[in-house]
Amino acid sequence: MRTGRTWRAPVAHRSNSLHPGAWWTWALGLAAAASRTTNPLLLALLVGVAGYVVAARRTEAPWARSYGAFVKLGLAVVGIRLFFAVALGSPIPGTHVLVTLPQVPLPAWAQGVRIGGRVTAEGLLFALYDGLRLATLLICVGAANALASPSRLLKSLPGALYEAGVAVVVAMTFAPNLVADVRRLRAARRLRGRPDRGLRGLLQVGLPVLEGALERSVALAAAMDARGYGRTAQVPPAVRRATAALTLGGLVGMCAGTYGLLAASGAGYGLPVLLAGVVAALAGLWLGGRRTVRTRYRPDVWGVRAWLVAASGAAAAAVVIVGAARDPAALQPSVVPPVAPALPVWPAAGVLLGLLPAIVAPVPEPTAGRESEEGLSA
Amino acid sequence: MIRFEDVCVTYQDAEGRPTLNGIELTVPEGELMLLAGPSGVGKSTLLAAVSGLVPHFTGGTLTGRVTVAGRDTRTHRPRELADVVGTVGQDPLAHFVTDTVEDELAYGMESLGLPATVMRRRVEETLDLLGLAALRDRPIATLSGGQRQRVAIGSVLTPHPRVLVLDEPTSALDPAAAEEVLSVLQRLVHDLGTTVLMAEHRLERVIQYADRVALLPGAGQPLVVGSPAEVMAMSPVYPPVVGLGRLAGWSPLPLTVRDARRAAADLRDRLGDKRRGAVSTSGSAAARDQPRRSRTRRRREAPEPVSVPPLAETDNLAVRRGRREAVRRISTTFRPGEVVALMGRNGAGKSTLLATLVGTLRPHTGTVTVGGAAPHRLSPRDALRKVGLVPQDPRDLLCADTVGAECTAADRDAAAPSGTCRALLAALLPGIADDTHPRDLSEGQRLTLVLAIVLTAAPPLLLLDEPTRGLDYAAKARLVTVLRDLADRGHAIVMATHDVELAAELTHRVVILADGEIVADGPTPEIVTASPSFAPQVAKVLAPQQWLTVSQVREALA
Repeated sequence: MRTGRTWRAPVAHRSNSLHPGAWWTWALGLAAAASRTTNPLLLALLVGVAGYVVAARRTEAPWARSYGAFVKLGLAVVGIRLFFAVALGSPIPGTHVLVTLPQVPLPAWAQGVRIGGRVTAEGLLFALYDGLRLATLLICVGAANALASPSRLLKSLPGALYEAGVAVVVAMTFAPNLVADVRRLRAARRLRGRPDRGLRGLLQVGLPVLEGALERSVALAAAMDARGYGRTAQVPPAVRRATAALTLGGLVGMCAGTYGLLAASGAGYGLPVLLAGVVAALAGLWLGGRRTVRTRYRPDVWGVRAWLVAASGAAAAAVVIVGAARDPAALQPSVVPPVAPALPVWPAAGVLLGLLPAIVAPVPEPTAGRESEEGLSA
Repeated sequence: MIRFEDVCVTYQDAEGRPTLNGIELTVPEGELMLLAGPSGVGKSTLLAAVSGLVPHFTGGTLTGRVTVAGRDTRTHRPRELADVVGTVGQDPLAHFVTDTVEDELAYGMESLGLPATVMRRRVEETLDLLGLAALRDRPIATLSGGQRQRVAIGSVLTPHPRVLVLDEPTSALDPAAAEEVLSVLQRLVHDLGTTVLMAEHRLERVIQYADRVALLPGAGQPLVVGSPAEVMAMSPVYPPVVGLGRLAGWSPLPLTVRDARRAAADLRDRLGDKRRGAVSTSGSAAARDQPRRSRTRRRREAPEPVSVPPLAETDNLAVRRGRREAVRRISTTFRPGEVVALMGRNGAGKSTLLATLVGTLRPHTGTVTVGGAAPHRLSPRDALRKVGLVPQDPRDLLCADTVGAECTAADRDAAAPSGTCRALLAALLPGIADDTHPRDLSEGQRLTLVLAIVLTAAPPLLLLDEPTRGLDYAAKARLVTVLRDLADRGHAIVMATHDVELAAELTHRVVILADGEIVADGPTPEIVTASPSFAPQVAKVLAPQQWLTVSQVREALA
């Protein structure tokens, strides 16, 4: 390779790491694309694109491991959807009967509910497509979770929301700690000669686990207070009142505006009221931010690479949405009668745009992270 | 810098008994003051009063006045003192708000609203000062104990507090990591002029760094403040080197191994004359002229290796945690009546080995046999009768809300006659009431309770994970007596510990683990004197003679 200018993505470090907002824009773009189609080929392509980018660009941080959990959740959703289609029947009219289950006779008042009965190929196919779409949405969210640090995203919130953001981060660390506690205490039950497996074992450690979690929360709250969490600047009472009025007024305006837009009759006043509400709420947030003295350490910068990543997601969404408008049949393959889905060329090409982050986003450095030894947790 | 004026602290549930009473203390700027005393006398309460967490956060009533840099904690909440006081509690994990090292260092400054450029500069300085530069992007969950403690100290240092308050900063650390943390404190005091107030049980680690010592001799008693040598001369808690100095009647009392060595020439001669000193180190050339067995070793006599079959055996054992091989190629045996210490860095695989012996973890390759069976295949009920483990945090084993209920449950679990556990507890440590809540016990009492629970099933193999963490010297001495007695009755005892003094006092054999492998395995005197980081203070003072503890020396001189 020639020395000098190279277009390959640099190794990620703190100051060039991608803005978490860019990852979320990209992932939500893919999710929006997925919500517009039930074509299994296109959905598989979306899952592949998200999976490839995650494989290429995720770090070894704890949150990056959540991707696997989201994939499993997606598969579970497909399974549950199919199960319901089999057990409760499906409203889709079908002629290809695969199997007829014994039907549970239900009283007259439960009309419309069916348990058991005919299982048709059409019904199953519809459920499969529907489940796949939901699973793809979940996997896209999982990709964003794995790629963008949740706490860094919260750092980008406006100052007035920061303290709420910290509370959310702390709440998020609560769950993994709880899991570790449950494991440790179940292992400890074995030391007392009690069964360490099974539901009963789990239930009996419940109280000590909650006690431990509560103690930890109190200790953390004390530590945060001692480190200056919640210090506020003096603001004149007039500003405080203005903040409250603007925020409340803004929220009411936004509600009214949204109602106006959605209701059949009020289309005329809907948009202006909504806009005024948004402006008032933003002003309220900005004024509220003056009360906090916080500053931000090395906030993430939204650079060229962030634009590219966000744009690739948005482009994928746009192409699929336009495709759905132009050729609905290709994106919603017919299930009655069932036909083999074909891969529509232009939407597929659009989805492939979503691979751009795997090229432009900075490459995480492989670290030989050592897990620390923690008590008895296996 | 810190002033306590006639301070009393009373908690609501203490029935009017004050935790701290009539405390008068002035810590001038730039001083490193050590707060010493037995456990349960209110050291942590005193420390928390400096940062204002007592009484603002913990409740209770504080009378008198505490001022820090001229600010009264009565009128300033902890967050308003955050720019002058930095506090690190006993458990650094409870202290972290963010998830990576660099963010954690910046957190305090962000709260104070320092400008971005200042924050950037201070984070870089602090990373260098504490040797954390290589870890800056690491998630905190992946750090070792010593690294976490340094990050915790760094995170309160970045706002440049004028006072640093530390509660037991080295108790949970291995000797090398403790050195790391203490050298950082030393630099802070010398280079930045930070005022440090710290409490620590392991006096042998910290006493030499202290400018003055404040001693809380008992609950509700007034403070004794003075130079370390003055206070140590009358303190109920003291490190072994001071014990040796008191025994030999040295004045001034030495606080460091170096001072003691300079004073010890005479003592070495006296001990040399007695010709009892050296414990045999068969095979080592240096000790060939020493008598092979000493009278002082009588009590430490390890059981005869050949005649008794081993209680537990591991053969080429490897255990994985996730994808990491936590221990590998471990082949060793544990015999009845033997006391073995497992030593080594945090994360060297000590806890993993114990968990495998008790059957919580299963071997990946190789075998482990305890009492003729593979422990991970036994049902918990059967395993209980073969092997018992006192875990690192004894609270994990406690689930009832009174000591009495806990004992009854233990009898039921072990199918022992009722009253067995209670009788054991009374024998180990008299004076614990049946209706006490286990959480209200002191660390030492809680450890004894768990020990009694584990012993109810009379397992021949007893495992202990870091039993002396948070114990004061008195509780430690009681534990040593109890364990020695158990070993005499034929229990094999294996304990993972960082406490070299405990290993020297109690064990027959030391196994040193590094990176999951056994790097040394042999009789205690031989192993601990062979390396400076594992040698007890007395051994360092009296080298090349191989005395390990003050009590051995006392017996020899008697």
